[in-house]
Amino acid sequence: MIEFEGVGHDYGERMVLADVNARLREHRVALVGANGSGKSTLVRTINGLVCPSRGRVLVDGRDPALDGRSVRRRVGFVFTNPDSQIVMPTAGEDVAFSLRRSDMSKKERTRRAVEILAAHGLDGYADHPAHQLSGGQKQLLALCSMLALMPDVLVCDEPTTLLDPRNKRHYAEVLCGLEQQVVLATHDLHLIEDFDRVLVLEAGRVVADDAPADALRYYRKLLG
Amino acid sequence: MNPGALYHPGTSLPHRLPVGGKLVGLLGFAALVFVARSPWWLGGGVLVVAVGYALARVPPASWSRLVRSLLVLLVPLFAVQWWLIGLDSATVVCLRLAATLGMANLFTLTTRIDDLVDAIERATRPLHRFGVRPDRFGLLVGFTVQAVAALTGIAADVREAQRARGMDRSVVAFAVPFLVRTLRHADELGEALAARGVADD
Repeated sequence: MIEFEGVGHDYGERMVLADVNARLREHRVALVGANGSGKSTLVRTINGLVCPSRGRVLVDGRDPALDGRSVRRRVGFVFTNPDSQIVMPTAGEDVAFSLRRSDMSKKERTRRAVEILAAHGLDGYADHPAHQLSGGQKQLLALCSMLALMPDVLVCDEPTTLLDPRNKRHYAEVLCGLEQQVVLATHDLHLIEDFDRVLVLEAGRVVADDAPADALRYYRKLLG
Repeated sequence: MNPGALYHPGTSLPHRLPVGGKLVGLLGFAALVFVARSPWWLGGGVLVVAVGYALARVPPASWSRLVRSLLVLLVPLFAVQWWLIGLDSATVVCLRLAATLGMANLFTLTTRIDDLVDAIERATRPLHRFGVRPDRFGLLVGFTVQAVAALTGIAADVREAQRARGMDRSVVAFAVPFLVRTLRHADELGEALAARGVADD
């Protein structure tokens, strides 16, 4: 379970989050909001990439600001731009890199990386230069590299921004098939119609927190 | 930011050689090239590099990219050296650089970063007792090698943006965005590693 307790955050003098309170127990939770509403900052607090200026975040009772190591073992984070996340030159190496800290031998790591890639639509791409993959394939690779860590929670920060409609559908199917709890910050409202819960953010505050149909109706009204 | 791929997959002899051996070979080759003073010996070194490329069955695109990059570096250098210290010395300096950079490029084309990191980790394990972290050291070397490709990619992007704005010759229009994007790359790489728990060890 993820808990936000009075979470607030400032960048310099600019306040981006103000007194966010929520308990996320559901399997699939989405955060929507206009640009600058605080979505990305809020999801970044979940694994300690951002430490809130006020309040605290708890992941299964652990505070990422105090116990970042243990929280990051539980929480995988997928960035908006996959190029920010891919750190190795080939797809297989990038997924295997996530497994370096495990007890697996190099051979096992390589085999496991190939399996993970194959399971998520990148069969045969292990030796492929990562920077030559299409935008959609890079997004899938970024996801594979996170799933290799076997996190309990997967946090995704606008992961479909660079994708065409077909790749978005495919990405949505992959997300829906995951066993992990998924927390997704997105502008793509179609992607979250089947989610369990949607939080709407406006100027750093949660202004609606409901089932998708009601929350999205409110959000569309808010956007005018 | 993606660090661009230097590695070219393959099963050739240079690909199959053990990484540690290749690394020692590269260092030994660079040392020999550094002490050699005869243009004939250095020409032989360049020939060895060319044979290495042929054995590795590197595609022509990689060849031509290397040759273009070397020409951009070596032609003006050769001209300046010839003017300052004479033809013989200019030839020696340029052959040294061509042989060393060509061999280093061949190493990265035929070696996975993952394998390089493992080899460095193994080699530095005895230094653990002196406070050296082999895992960190391996990653440091791996990311340093990749940084060359990453910075080359950033420079190419910035030059493209410059051309699109018709500012091809402006040094400032190149240097400022290049510096900003390089710093952003460092930030993003740090976040990516933190997200995978690397910084937590």
